[in-house]
Amino acid sequence: MDKIIPASWRTQTKPDFFCPGCGHGIILKQLGYAIDDLKIQEKTTFGIDIGCSLLAWDFFNIDTIQTHHGRTTPVMVGYKMSKPKRVALAYMGDGGGYAIGLQSLIYACFRNDPITVILVNNGNYAMTGGQMAPTTLPGEVTPTTPDGNPTGFGEGFKGPELLSTLCAKNAYIARATVSKPLLLRSVLKKAIKNQIDNNSFSFVEILSICPTNWKLGAKQCFSKLADVEEFYVPSEFSKKEQNVK
Amino acid sequence: MGIKFLTGSEAAVLGATEGGAETMFGYPITPSTEILQGWIEACEKDKKLKFLQTEDETAAGFATIGAILAGKKAFTATAGPGNILMQDPLSMAENLRIPLVCIVMQRGGPSTGTVNFSQQEVTLSAFGGNGDGLRVVYSASTVLEMYKYTAKSFSTAWKYRFPTFVLGDGHLSKMSAKVNISPLLHPIPSAALLKEKISPTFLRNCFSSEESFYNDRLKKNIEAWNFAKNSIVESEQYKVSGIKSLIIAHGSVADAVKDAVDTMRKNGIKIGLFRPITLNPFDSTKLKTLASKVSRIYIVESSLNQLSRIVKYELSGIKTPVIEIAKPAVSFTSDEIVRLIKNSK
Repeated sequence: MDKIIPASWRTQTKPDFFCPGCGHGIILKQLGYAIDDLKIQEKTTFGIDIGCSLLAWDFFNIDTIQTHHGRTTPVMVGYKMSKPKRVALAYMGDGGGYAIGLQSLIYACFRNDPITVILVNNGNYAMTGGQMAPTTLPGEVTPTTPDGNPTGFGEGFKGPELLSTLCAKNAYIARATVSKPLLLRSVLKKAIKNQIDNNSFSFVEILSICPTNWKLGAKQCFSKLADVEEFYVPSEFSKKEQNVK
Repeated sequence: MGIKFLTGSEAAVLGATEGGAETMFGYPITPSTEILQGWIEACEKDKKLKFLQTEDETAAGFATIGAILAGKKAFTATAGPGNILMQDPLSMAENLRIPLVCIVMQRGGPSTGTVNFSQQEVTLSAFGGNGDGLRVVYSASTVLEMYKYTAKSFSTAWKYRFPTFVLGDGHLSKMSAKVNISPLLHPIPSAALLKEKISPTFLRNCFSSEESFYNDRLKKNIEAWNFAKNSIVESEQYKVSGIKSLIIAHGSVADAVKDAVDTMRKNGIKIGLFRPITLNPFDSTKLKTLASKVSRIYIVESSLNQLSRIVKYELSGIKTPVIEIAKPAVSFTSDEIVRLIKNSK
């Protein structure tokens, strides 16, 4: 039976600063339970990006480094290289990982750097007001795509599928969703265990909701998330894009 | 270590090991590539040393920060466009007081420009980034100084916790010289900046109000800078006794100026050199004393007045006329300096 809040959370900083109904709360709760279950709180260093993820700068009772936009991956690569026994987590949004920081994400995967990247995909640049992100679906209206995201911008960025084409055989690549929190936790644990046991790269994209910028209530958010899950299919990915559902 | 025949880049690598560096992150870019290559050779000989060739200079800078936070003495080296990308991690280091050492072998810009030589990265190194320029910038004048100030930069950075640059240039990188290498005092040790305990460290880069950012972070950083800068400043005065005019120059240009001063002194001209070794912070106290004694100041540099802008700010209140001799991204011979000064009446 889970505790009401994970032991690794920092209770003094709750309630947190995320918007009401934000998916980050669900993700950070499951990440907290994963850290508790694996008993790695004192071994973990948490790197966070710019964008909504920055609001987690004092979320856990865990050393936390707030970096610049897209730069969490290289900071944690350098950190892990210097402290191989620590568990290095890099937490970021889809803008940080798939746009401004994509080069570093690809290279961390390509080099099989033993860090775990957790990327929250809510389909927009939420902190700056919901602009088009690499993950925005075709036709979506955002402040920078007022007539609907034209397909000419790309039909939605599939990160795990991309990374699985260039990852090492012992890397762990997966997509999870906040609509299935227990599955999300087990995926996070697998990813972190892969870093610890196999000394190799792991990556989890998590489909999330953004009530503020989606301008939807809780129920409609989850119904929209079900549509998103049709496009970005939650799964584990082994090298060369073979689905092993 | 004795007398060696070294390039500036080789001297920088020796300086880094002497300064206690353990890890380098870098991306190949002329004319600093030989530092990365030289460091990798050092790693082959000493398995305790580490390196990573990153995907770009931004990643090199941020990975350096990650390693420093883990307690390693890490550094990077770059040039020109790489220095521009490096401003992102350097701004983080400046804000969070992370002792990032960055060796910059200046090349002619903007953009790709030439890959050989310039002194055009003074403003970028000292005042680049979205901060206020709380960075230490050493300007090495000779191959020996590439060794000396690279070694020193680690102790300065780790003692005062400000990002620290060592500026060289393409000529210094590639030229070989006979240098007498002597070990320095014990380097300042490094310690992990994170606690690695349940009572954790939160390194926060972002604040929710202007007042909180200023009062909790910037004000403290500025106070620490103002406290430290008088201990950091360094300058050299060359043949300044009885001078009537003064040349101000830095880096390898200052080395050519020394020959020019020797020639002019032989011809009875009472002229000397003031060389800022730290461009930031700047030794304005010593310069003001000299500047108030002379009737004319010449500033000689291989950029369009980047040093001159610093000097004029630091010399505010001094009325001595200043003549700027600038050749952006082009080097000087000592004969040329003699001629330019003679003709600049």
